[in-house]
Amino acid sequence: MQSHFDLFGLPPAFALDKEALEKAYREIQSQVHPDRFAHAGDAERRASLQWTTRVNEAYRILKDPVQRAKHILELHGVDVEFETNTQMPTDFLLQQLELREELEAAQQKKDASLLDALKKSLEGQKQLLESEIGNAIDQKKNYAGAAGPVRKLMFLDRLDSEIDSAYEEIE
Amino acid sequence: MALLQIAEPGMSPAPHEHRLAVGIDLGTTNSLVATVRSGMAVVLADSLGRPLLPSVVRYHAGGKVEVGYAAQAKQAIDPKNTIASAKRFMGRGLKDVAHSESAPYDFVDAPGMVQVRTVAGTKSPVEVSSEILKVLRERAELSLQGNISGAVITVPAYFDDAQRQATKDAGKLAGLNVLRLLNEPTAAAIAYGLENASEGTYAVYDLGGGTFDLSILKLSRGVFEVVATSGDSMLGGDDFDQRVFCWAVEQAKLPPLGARDMRLLQMKAREAKEYLTFHGEAPLTAKLSSGELVDLSLDTETFCSITQTLVNKTLVPVRKALRDAGLTVEDIKGVVMVGGATRMPQVQRAVAEFFRRDPLNNLDPDKVVALGAAMQANVLAGNKPQGEDWLLLDVIPLSLGVETMGGLAEKIIARNTTIPAAKAQEFTTFKDGQTGMSFHVVQGERELVSDCRSLARFELKGIPPMAAGAARIRVTYQVDADGLLHVSARESTSGVEASVAVKPSYGLADADIERMLRDSFEHAKEDVHARALAEYRVDGQRLLEATRAALSQDEQMLDADERELIRHSMLSLEKLLPGSDHRAIKQAVDALNRATEEFAQRRMDAGIRRALAGKKIGSL
Repeated sequence: MQSHFDLFGLPPAFALDKEALEKAYREIQSQVHPDRFAHAGDAERRASLQWTTRVNEAYRILKDPVQRAKHILELHGVDVEFETNTQMPTDFLLQQLELREELEAAQQKKDASLLDALKKSLEGQKQLLESEIGNAIDQKKNYAGAAGPVRKLMFLDRLDSEIDSAYEEIE
Repeated sequence: MALLQIAEPGMSPAPHEHRLAVGIDLGTTNSLVATVRSGMAVVLADSLGRPLLPSVVRYHAGGKVEVGYAAQAKQAIDPKNTIASAKRFMGRGLKDVAHSESAPYDFVDAPGMVQVRTVAGTKSPVEVSSEILKVLRERAELSLQGNISGAVITVPAYFDDAQRQATKDAGKLAGLNVLRLLNEPTAAAIAYGLENASEGTYAVYDLGGGTFDLSILKLSRGVFEVVATSGDSMLGGDDFDQRVFCWAVEQAKLPPLGARDMRLLQMKAREAKEYLTFHGEAPLTAKLSSGELVDLSLDTETFCSITQTLVNKTLVPVRKALRDAGLTVEDIKGVVMVGGATRMPQVQRAVAEFFRRDPLNNLDPDKVVALGAAMQANVLAGNKPQGEDWLLLDVIPLSLGVETMGGLAEKIIARNTTIPAAKAQEFTTFKDGQTGMSFHVVQGERELVSDCRSLARFELKGIPPMAAGAARIRVTYQVDADGLLHVSARESTSGVEASVAVKPSYGLADADIERMLRDSFEHAKEDVHARALAEYRVDGQRLLEATRAALSQDEQMLDADERELIRHSMLSLEKLLPGSDHRAIKQAVDALNRATEEFAQRRMDAGIRRALAGKKIGSL
């Protein structure tokens, strides 16, 4: 299978040149997008739909750190085991528990500023994890070793979207 | 996008004549049609020079239909047969329609979509909308002196699948070739962005008659990318009228009103609202059928206080879209105001306060959507050479999910995913010899299926009988560039294509559409066969033209046999086109489509290679 990186002509690294990705994405889209084929025959319109869908999916995956890391690991035969491996270091779990308690407290108090603070601290933790993942993948080429931090990052992403839903509830 | 011009020698697109394409803003209150004429987008006015067409349709007993100002003038006299704001009912059941109790219609809670009983029979909102579209089509054909080859119809960005499908059906029913459904705020962004050569991140605040949308777009040379969209498809200028109406009823201590009085007072409420945009105080007087005179005066302060909650309600989606985009108010370079309801000073003030900057009002908020739609229609019709056109990347407004055990919705495509998008899921059978399976697709953000909107139930049939757990059924959910869902399924161990019968929970089944088409033909005394023949001819002509252009660019991608097959299929289609056998033409079109399938794939591959080669040359 062609990797998502190949599709955009990018090196398969966790560190991402966002501008290069965006540029390649737009250039490919301007060749294959359905808007270019609104007056074409069914075969071309179908091919355009399939390609655009594929390009959008690849772009979405590469833009998202968790999905990007997962894709690289899969290219190296490592399964991140999002669904099956729930083992996490105790200190990480304790920290997660604390963050969730903070989230609940903010929800109960209907205090958006508490959510803001929580989101900010989460952002810092995510950045730390991302550099850990980048180090494992790009420098050490330790793909199996990257799986743990990727799972942690996914945990934080989930919390992040829970914070977003909390904003909606408060409003 | 200059880089796109890196092309192989001899690759010049085949010239073709200018195709007439229009953009239509099918609004809750007013509708418009626009086109691009000598490079300029213009709204087409009626014979009296009026650009707007009130979205009001009046049915007469004899089958005559009045649309626009004439119908609007009769609203209070003939409220039950004069349908306004039909857009609010598109793809909706009766229980989903807000204020249905104060609408003067005879609603019929039909399965799928609410309908209205009139003297001319029961009408669905799709039929009502198609009457508006027909008038706009005729207006455009008269003004442009020719047949319209395609139309872009705009929809609120926050419209769900059923509402979009209903809009597309209305277009088809009106005899339009719907090139694309375009989101209203995106259309406005095109018009605004091209007019002002804007770059950066913009928000579009679109408060129409019946819907509210907020979209955040990144504009950069030649690309309009929607990063997030949010809204409320049940909030618009109509609700402000409704507040004024309720206030008037309360102030004048009126008893429950009949349909005529209700309509009359609602119109007076709207007039008062519009008057307040430029004045500090508005009179609200109406003579009811009982002879009672309502004589009130509404001042700005009261108006603001009775509508404050509505204004605040628009800010909820604004915050949500910003969060989804991962942006803050500081990142927004400008806020484009769209929709007549944004003229209200309290709306302007609230937006300015929230974004901490004055909103952009330099384009007519009534026309900007139609103008953007016309520009996009012009591009889709292929009237702009590559390199001068632009790219539009839009998103799906609401998450799609499937029902799983326990009534939970499992998300398959998340909101704000760039479309077209697809997701495949694998299922297996749990009984020996099981040949069918049923699915329920929903749209919405909540966890429980019962809190989401039911989109469709479908059944898979024709799974080859196997032991339990042996079959591998791959279901693919594809959202196309119109934001519409298509479902297909395949059993992968046997390769059998399972048939998918999608039964829309809301919206119309194909049979309903057919019936409406037949009805409209009977009425118009048009021949169904003649129409089908005309449609297939246009289709065939378009396909021949496209294939010729493709061959002249990329013939070298084919071997002799493949070339021969395509040429042969083209020839048989060419021969059949002047004939009158529409089925034969359809078959020849299908055959040519099949013959060019592989060619189309190769051309796409080459396009991608070209794009990447261009990038490398460009980055040297």
